[in-house]
Amino acid sequence: MRNYRADIHIHTVLSPCASLEMSPTCIVNEARAKNLQIIGITDHNSTLQCALVQQLASRVGIFTLMGVEVTTREELHCLSFFPSATELSAFQYFLEEKQEHIPNLANKMGYQVVVDEQENIIHEVEYWLHTALSVSVNELEKMVHSLGGIFIPAHIDRPRFSLTSQLGFVPEDLNADAFEIFNPQNLSTFSKNIQHKTFIRNSDSHSPSQIGKVFTQFVMPELSFDAIREALRTNSVIFEDKPNSNLRQ
Amino acid sequence: MKKIVTEKVQKMKTSELIQKLNLRVFNSNQISDAEITGGYTSDLLSDVMGNAAPGQAWLTLQTHKNVAAIASLKDLSAIVLVNNNTPENDMLEAAENEGIAVLGSQLPAFELSAAIYNALQV
Repeated sequence: MRNYRADIHIHTVLSPCASLEMSPTCIVNEARAKNLQIIGITDHNSTLQCALVQQLASRVGIFTLMGVEVTTREELHCLSFFPSATELSAFQYFLEEKQEHIPNLANKMGYQVVVDEQENIIHEVEYWLHTALSVSVNELEKMVHSLGGIFIPAHIDRPRFSLTSQLGFVPEDLNADAFEIFNPQNLSTFSKNIQHKTFIRNSDSHSPSQIGKVFTQFVMPELSFDAIREALRTNSVIFEDKPNSNLRQ
Repeated sequence: MKKIVTEKVQKMKTSELIQKLNLRVFNSNQISDAEITGGYTSDLLSDVMGNAAPGQAWLTLQTHKNVAAIASLKDLSAIVLVNNNTPENDMLEAAENEGIAVLGSQLPAFELSAAIYNALQV
């Protein structure tokens, strides 16, 4: 078993709220400098920048979880990751179908661009990516799992766009692979049944310096999508300030 | 989002409100004809948990099962879905188990809040 350092909530230049510096090249360089072995790419409601990040990261031995941060109809954020480009592109189709196409006012809301390795803009998404999709959190969970994906409600203790803020409390029957927590001290505010589930922490980076500042270590026999899913299932994860952790840092 | 209940507010049976505002009733089982003592309009369930008062009808566009749980927890009189929203199956089921009315209207939240407020004044 080995510990793999992971930060799996990172926005690229495609997210309207992320810094224009967040190109795939920059993210991979930064992840390398921060000694991350796993990065997760999670733009708002779009997967279009994942493929290039994966390509660049694999050159330097970093594993990329290709995913997206989905806004559900309840206006809560969920990280969703997919095993390969095939499922990812099926999910991209689903996202576009479920999204209301409100034009993005780039000068007010932020730029939503896909760039190449040399940081040239090759595509601009015309509709605002931060809107809620016409899909409930339960429907999203089923869709992600039907594609063999990993489903993680994001920053569930935050006062906005979270399970707690939007739905009052975490539904105990929600079939999540893990929950992302912003402040580990808030863990005690959840019901006992929820506290026993797997929690992870990430940076939710919108600019380069944030990458890897917060991370989770996955304890796994090998580095693969299936191993990551298994580590979440068996709660084989460590993060700083994790209460009652019986795993050593 | 402010509480619309005031000192002056009269009570009204759920059945009267349904009739007066021509609300859609989603429940198929018998529902309790609870006394409505006011209303609370909000789509953040954490806000409703903190600020709604017992007996109020809750106007929302949220249709998740947690809506039924919080309505029960807060002893709310009815759930009223605005803007033609319909409950998710498990939400309706949970509300039925608690005997809470799940109602609906085609009016958006602002207009429906005003209509219920006015209905409670007479």
